Parts: sequence; structure tokens; C-alpha cells
Amino acid sequence: MKREGKIQVWQDYQKEIADDHYFYVRSCIRQNFFPGSEQTFLKILRKELNKDIHENPHHTSCSGIGYHSDIVPFDTIQTVVARQFALMTEAGYQNLAVSCITSFGIYNEIIETWKEFPSELEKVRTLLKKATGREFDIPQNVAHASDIVYKFRNEIAAIGKNHLVNQKTGKPLKIVEHIGCHYSKMFPSKGVGGAEFPHVLVGMIESWGGEVVDYPERRHCCGFGFRQYLVMSNRGYSVSNSRKKFESMEPYKPDAIVSNCPGCPMFLDRWQYVIEEMEGKTYGENGQGIPVLTYEEMAGLVLGYNPWDMGMQMHQTNVEPLLDKMGIEYDPDLKYAGKDGKIIGNPMMVACGK
Amino acid sequence: MELYLELTKDVRFVEGLKSCMNCGVCTAICPAAEFYDYDPRIIAGILQSKDEKRIEELLKSETIWYCGECMSCKTRCPRGNTVGLIIMALRSLSQDLGYFAESEKGRQQLAIKRVIGENIVSKGYCVLPENMVPELHPEQGPVGEWIYDNKEEVYERVGANYNGEGEGALRKIPQESLDEIYRIFEITGGLDRFNKIEYFSKAKAENMGFTENEDNYSDYVNHIFTTNNGKHNRQ
Repeated sequence: MKREGKIQVWQDYQKEIADDHYFYVRSCIRQNFFPGSEQTFLKILRKELNKDIHENPHHTSCSGIGYHSDIVPFDTIQTVVARQFALMTEAGYQNLAVSCITSFGIYNEIIETWKEFPSELEKVRTLLKKATGREFDIPQNVAHASDIVYKFRNEIAAIGKNHLVNQKTGKPLKIVEHIGCHYSKMFPSKGVGGAEFPHVLVGMIESWGGEVVDYPERRHCCGFGFRQYLVMSNRGYSVSNSRKKFESMEPYKPDAIVSNCPGCPMFLDRWQYVIEEMEGKTYGENGQGIPVLTYEEMAGLVLGYNPWDMGMQMHQTNVEPLLDKMGIEYDPDLKYAGKDGKIIGNPMMVACGK
Repeated sequence: MELYLELTKDVRFVEGLKSCMNCGVCTAICPAAEFYDYDPRIIAGILQSKDEKRIEELLKSETIWYCGECMSCKTRCPRGNTVGLIIMALRSLSQDLGYFAESEKGRQQLAIKRVIGENIVSKGYCVLPENMVPELHPEQGPVGEWIYDNKEEVYERVGANYNGEGEGALRKIPQESLDEIYRIFEITGGLDRFNKIEYFSKAKAENMGFTENEDNYSDYVNHIFTTNNGKHNRQ
């Protein structure tokens, strides 16, 4: 096939990502478990890339976890989302930057619903006006925050201080990339590389010197399953699906796992601890776990940010094996310190955290 | 009420079920089908049959609560169906009619409403640090417990604005915004859904021998949150 033909074939897998002036919407899960990642994302955009990204304190949850655990009706979430769009419109923005994968899927689902069923859009405009007096424009561009980091991955590499390379061996680190299901499984055209060849994390890893691990269960769900985790008696579903992935990736000896979803890295981190407690099994080297990162943390490490400033002490599975391989200096005594080095006590570490 | 007709009023059902040829690719890719005694291919088949009796059985069954809504079925279906969307329409109707209370998994909706639902309308978030009580979340491990015990210090250390004014992670949502969210839930059916979950759950709780006491059926909530009869999994 001629090069022009190949470019045409891959055209369907491209995604247009706005290059500036974003309205940022946060994630319920991310701000609970990885709040430092959201701060890192904003720091990278504002201070490293000189981009305009606006946050409005009046924006709320999109109510997506309630929607996907089926306690929130479709009309309700459509109107909550319309309110977010109204806040964006009122602030003079057209480009939505979404921290959460669940929210990202919901924004896309609702915008596509409005295209397919225009009566739904008219209904929601009426409901929002009646409830809040607000009106809204539909965003011109909806990007997941990982799309934006992907777009500027080469700029980040150019100013980076570290690489995804084992400093002792000089070899690329082997990274498992896990894409949140709602990034592109529902609407492939909304994700970089679609559902079949999602490239958003691959692009970052390769641009920053790492090597992507291809393994059989690469696209399997982490096992969140909404109600399957939220209710205690259902959590066997969640840990079993993560375990399936760990078993599948183990032979490839990954140095780290990175994800672009708020929930997935928490589950892939915590379930390693649980599996060690339940079965005595660990998946990393020397009886340790496989460090699990958010993509913002990975970008921050490349840029030379302090891992504890980014909140990497909030992981249950220790990240030090990765930091050591990358040759990143850190102060172990300050890992669990509060602000300005205040001593607040350490967790009683066991299992993958040893 | 014609159940199939009710389902066709939900645009997610219209989008989710176009024309199923029962190939089973959805079942092959489904994480829930691997764990539970669950087969999304059969769900599509029952709906396509329009058999009212079988649809009613489905709405009262454990089966519709097994899906994790990962939507992997959407990617793989060669006919563009999405069983995950069909499930969402079934679960909505099951709650509207009170049928959810007929299954162990369906009854769990009350526990989800009591935490996630009430968080959304009272705080503007689905999940809060206060919810991660170590006894209810042992999987969060020692680090989770350390975060829970030191919330203010840990969140301040990593740059969050926990319960603070203005922008930032975990900030306090302004009251006027919470009022708007409440009003949205009020006029779009969100509060009606919550009230139906409470109403039908109360009837079921009393039928199962639980009493209201002063704690709003908390024994029943604890029961549905922790009980697993062990009969759900693929053997």
C-alpha cells in the first residue's frame, strides 16, 4: 500500500484535540485517591506549557458513578451535564478538558444522544432552564486530560529531566498501559487510536523512552464494574478481573503499570495488596508489587517533580522500585510527612507496601 | 403495562438493541460473564422475543444486576448492539416498578442510593473521603487507613483544597450550586427514583423481618451491603 493510502486508513483513528483554552472538570474518584495528579496536570499545563485552563468552583460531579450504578436517571444526568456546559459557556470557553474517564464517556454519550435524538436535547434545554435559569452551548471539543498530555508529549520530552529508562542497564522500562474502558470502547472515534489501537498512553510511554508491554489481557476491564465494587459483597468481581490482568502481564515482567482512568490505577494498586493478603502472591520483582501510576504522575516524574508532592505516597503498592530504576532521588523519611515536613505518623505497612 | 413498550421509551434501549443475531461475541468479551452466571447474549434474545412474561422475570431476576457497565460489548458487537445499554434500561424499569427488591443483587440499590445518591445531592460529589471507612473498605489497606485517619494533613500535603472555599480538588461546593443540583434532581425524576428505591426497599425490609427503629433500616442496609448467598458465580 502506498504511504498516502496508509495515512488515509489511519485517518479514522486520529482525534482532534484543542491546543489551548480549556474548561477543566474534575473527577470524584481522582480527587479522592489521586488529588496530586490533578494538581500535577494543571501545573504541567500552566507552568510548563503556558496553556490557559480554567476551573470554576461551581462545577460539581457529573453524577456518573450514580448513573452507572443506576440510581441516577438519564434525564437527570443529562441535565447535570448540561449545567456543566452552561458554566463553560458562561465562562467563555468552548473546549472541555475532562479529568475522569467515566465523565468523558458520559459527555460523549450525551452529546451523541443529542445528535441522534434531537428531542432529548430540546427536553434537556427546557429542564435546565426551568431548574437553574441557565442556557448552554455544546462544547466544540471534548478532550480527556490524557489526550492533552498526549498532544504535548514531545514538548514534555523536550523539557524533561528523566526518561523511562533503567539507569543501571540503559534499557527502556517495560510499561503496561491500561486504558479506562469508557475512554473509547463506547465511542471509538472519541479516543486517540480508537478502541482497537488506543494510542494515548502508548504515545506518552514511547516518547518518554519506555517500551510498551503487549500482553493477552491488555484490553480487559480492571474490574471496577461500578456496583460490583461499591457494594462490599460484590467485590469478588472486581478483584477477580484485576487478578486476570496481573496473571496475564506477569510473564512479561513489567516495571510499572500506567492508566488514564481515575479508578483503574486505584484498583490495580489496591488489589495487588489484597491478592498478597489472600494468596501470598506478588507480581513484581523480589516479592514486591508492580508500581501503578497515573499518566500525570508518569509525566511529572519525567519532568523531575518530587514524587511525594504529586501524592505517590497515597499508593498502597510501593512506587520506590520504579523511582530507583529511573534514578529519581527522593527522601524516604518525608514520604508520609504532612505539609512542610510535619510528622503525622506512618501507615502500618504490610504486603506490597513493604 | 406493556413492559416491552415501556422499554422502547428509553433511548438507551433503542440504541442498545438494533438487531441481534445471537452470535455470542458480547458474552465472549464480557467480564461479568466470566465471573457471574451471566450471558448477555441471552438478555438480547429475551428482549428481541418481546415475550412479556420472560421480560417480567428478567426485571425481577438477579441476572440484570451482574453487568459492570464497562461497555466492552459495544466495541465488539458486529451489529452495533450494546447489551450494557439494554441493562441500564432494564434496571431503570425494574426500579420504577419495585421489581429490584425481588433479588439479592437488586436490593443493593438501597445501599448505593444511601451513599452515592445522597452524596451527590448533599455535597455535589459521588464519593467522599469520609466514605472510605476502613471497616467497610479493607481493600484500601494500611495506606487507605492512614489517609482516612489523617485526611486534612494528607490532602493538604498533595495540594487538594479539602472542604475549602474556591477552586481545587475536594473543595466545598457552594450552597447555591448544591441548590441547583437538588432542583435538577427534583424536576428530572432523580428524587422520584430515590423515593421509589426507599419505598419499595422499606416494604421488602419489613417483609424480611427488619424494623425501622431510629436508624432508618440500617440493619437492613448493612444486610444488603454484606450478604452474598454464594449462588451467583459461574461454577
